[in-house]
Parts: sequence; C-alpha cells; structure tokens
Amino acid sequence: MPKRQYSFYPGCSSQKGASASNYLTSVEAMCDELDVELNEIPDWNCCSASIGYCGGGELPRLALSARNIALSEEHNRGQDIVATCAACWLATRETKERLEEDDDLMRETNQALAEAGLVLENTTRIRHMVEVLIEDIGYEEMGRHVKKPLEGMKIAGYVGCQTNRPFGIEGESFENPMYLDKLTETLGAESVKDYDRKVSCCGGALAFSEPEKSQALIKEIIEAAYDGGADMIVTPCPVCQMNVEIYQDEINAKYGTRFDMPVAYYSTLMAVAYGKTPKQAGLDGHVIRAKKLEKIAGKG
Amino acid sequence: MSENNNEMIERYRGNFLREVEDNVEEGEWVKMCMQCGVCSGSCPLGPHWDFGPQTLFMMIRAGKRDEVLAAEGPWMCTSCYNCIVRCPRELPITHIMHGLAHYAVRMGLAPKNQPTRKFSDLFWKNLKADGRVNELRLGISLYFMHGFVDGIKTALKKAPLGLGMVRTKRMNPMEFFGGHKVRDRKGFHRMLEKAEEIESARIEKGPRPGAE
Repeated sequence: MPKRQYSFYPGCSSQKGASASNYLTSVEAMCDELDVELNEIPDWNCCSASIGYCGGGELPRLALSARNIALSEEHNRGQDIVATCAACWLATRETKERLEEDDDLMRETNQALAEAGLVLENTTRIRHMVEVLIEDIGYEEMGRHVKKPLEGMKIAGYVGCQTNRPFGIEGESFENPMYLDKLTETLGAESVKDYDRKVSCCGGALAFSEPEKSQALIKEIIEAAYDGGADMIVTPCPVCQMNVEIYQDEINAKYGTRFDMPVAYYSTLMAVAYGKTPKQAGLDGHVIRAKKLEKIAGKG
Repeated sequence: MSENNNEMIERYRGNFLREVEDNVEEGEWVKMCMQCGVCSGSCPLGPHWDFGPQTLFMMIRAGKRDEVLAAEGPWMCTSCYNCIVRCPRELPITHIMHGLAHYAVRMGLAPKNQPTRKFSDLFWKNLKADGRVNELRLGISLYFMHGFVDGIKTALKKAPLGLGMVRTKRMNPMEFFGGHKVRDRKGFHRMLEKAEEIESARIEKGPRPGAE
C-alpha cells in the first residue's frame, strides 16, 4: 500500500475530455513516483467554483461542498481531502470554515444533506495538492526523485489568485509567494526571479463573459514572463492554465503580439523531471506545445 | 421577484444597511468598512466598473438601494480575493460582492444584460442539471446567450480555439449528448431544493430575533 493516502476531489475540469484533463494525467504520474495514493471521493459533485452565485444562494452553494466533505467522511474516513483545482480547494475549505463558525448554517446544511442521506461532521482537513507536496513531502524529498533535471530552462512561476488568496500556502506571503520558484529550482530549472505578474488575476471565469477585459489582464501576465526571459509559464491552477494558454492567438490578433508561450502545471514539470514519458506527463494536452520539456522527456 | 422587492422595501423602510445585514451573504460586515479604498484600488477590473466595493459600502449606508442593486460592480468580481487579503479590517469583500449580486437577482433589480450575470446563471443551471459541469454545453450556451445569429458568429470565430481543445483531448464533442454526471442525482436535487427552501424561508420570515 502506498505510503501516503488522501481523499481526492478531482473537480469537473480534471475529468476525461475536460479542459484540465492533462493536469490529472500529470498529477497521477507525479503521485506514482512520490508513493502517494489518491482515493477519489465517490460520486463527488461540482463546487460551483466562484461563479454560481447568480442562481445559487449561500446555503445551496455551501451544501454543494458539504456534500463532498460528507461523502469523504463516509467513504474515505480519516483522510485529508486534497484538491488539485484552486477553485475546488477554495470553495471546499471556505465551506468548512464558514460552517465551523456558524452553528445555524451548519444545522441548515445538515438539514439539506439529510435529503441525500448524508451527515456532515465537518472534521476533515481540506488541502491543496501544493500543500501536500510542500508540507508532507518537502522540497528535499521532491528533489531526490529527479532523474532528468530541467537544465537550461527558465520558468516563470505564475501562482495566480485562488491558490494564493484568501488562504494561501502556510509560510508564504500573499504578495510574493516563492514556492513555485523553489519548486522549479528543485527540479533543476531556473526561475524568473522578478516575475511581477506572479499573483495577478487572469480574469478567472470572466474570461468567458468579459473576454476583452480578461485578455488585457492575460496579456500582461504573458508579457512579464517574456520580459523575464522565460521559456515557459508554470501554474498550480487549471483556470489560470487555460486562460493564459488558449487565448494567445486571439491576443496576438488583437494586440499584434507574437506570443507562443507554453503554460504547464507544476505536476507536468515534476512528471518530466521524474523521468515519465511525454504522454504520462500530459504533454500531449498542450495547445501550445512545450517543446523544451518534450525534448527533455524524450531523452533516453 | 418584484413582490419580494416591494415587501422588503416595506419591511425596511429606508434602512438599507439593515436589509443588507439581514439578507445578504456576509452582509453583517458592511458596517465595519472604514472607507480606506484599498479594495477598490486592488480590483483588477477597476478601470471598468461603475462602483467598486468601497463606494458600494458607502452607498449601502447612505440608503442608495436602487443604485446598489442595479450596479455592475458586484458582477465584475473576478474572485481574485485581492480585496479580502488586503482589507485592514478583514472584511470578506469578495463574498459580499457575490452576495449583493445574488440578492439583486432575488429582488429583480440586477442589470438585465450584464454578461457575467448571464454566464453565472448558465453555470449554475449547468451544474445543477447533472451535478457536474458540462464544459461543452456551457461553452455552447455561452456563445448563444445573445441570440442565435450572434451565437453562430461567435461559434465560427471560436472554432480554431475549440479544435485545439478537441485535438489535445481537453474537449469532447460527445459531451453534448451525455457527459459526466453525479450518480445520485435524485438525492443531489432534493438536497439543493431543500437548501433553497430553507434559505428562501429565512429571507421571507424577516429579521433575525432581536434585530428590531
């Protein structure tokens, strides 16, 4: 049995054929190497991210995450919940904390859950995969598994919003978190030290509803990576990844830029450095191909 | 919705701050705002909204009910949480923005053609149907939210982007006919109905005990 067991909340975007399916692929390869087992929460549902509030009031939205926690407490008892998606992590942890603080909401939530035959104890820790890596495994152990150092690569660590705020990673600042830089260096790459857009917003869900306003924000994020001499951007968030990668053609057409900047997940980098195949690392899931990474992964 | 609105106007008689405290998610925090403006200055959509959080909080205290509930500001929240972590008084500003947007819809006063309102509504309906988001159907309904002709134009414009996602297996055209679902949809729907019922009853029954 693998050394570390977690209750896993993959979230909608990680499902097969969904926008961050390559994130899950690379996470599986990374966890395989680090002897981590992810036990999927049976029958989990969407957390409503941060955008369901038009139709969804506070209590229905809390009930969504409460259902996932309750299912985890029933089936994966005693295991911390781990999410790879920033929005999933945020919504679930926000729910846990709000229900801890408000007995009325907790009672009402359990009334709603009873309709689905569930009970929430609310005693489970809610964590992001990055926390597991840093706190449970540590940079030293992550470094020990490196078989193919990412030498000669310069990487801009784009932390984005929701992995960073409001909760963030213990010991890191909101304005200048360093963990992605430390991680890329652990894997043998160079980090862009003065990446000034590392915690700027990509527009999030508003990339769909307000494309022009969001693409103006995305443009700055990519431009700053080029200014820092980056070969690619790395991020812990599926929305950041998608927004920063897939609109580059539209931004180029509008602003006359010539962006062609690959955007990968931390887990993509780790899978490659750990000697996994390009497919296991999810490199075939990139709209803008990460050619330097492909080259390292393709080495015998 | 407008019956609801008239009832609230009648109930609170110009005390909009109290109305917000009683009925808006995290609304009890509004009075703690000290008008420093860090929230509005930190907002990535700052160049675009009519009123930012600082102004909205002041308007709530000034009883500008119609203006606040019709404002675009809350709908331009990207949920970046900059405002929350920078607020010296630690107001949960992002959540108050979501709460104001939701309450404005409940009162029938939210701006009608606000694009994020439409997207948020589509998102909620999409996830509610099967318990998980169907990205393909969400994308298609988004293209068509301004009507059929506009939808076809947008879909054609977005075709290269969509093909890239299909090629990399990050979009599956078959999702249109099925896709990922929660197995216990009955229980899931009953749970949400119950939560909605409890929340509506709480708003209809009026202020908390001891509030007036």
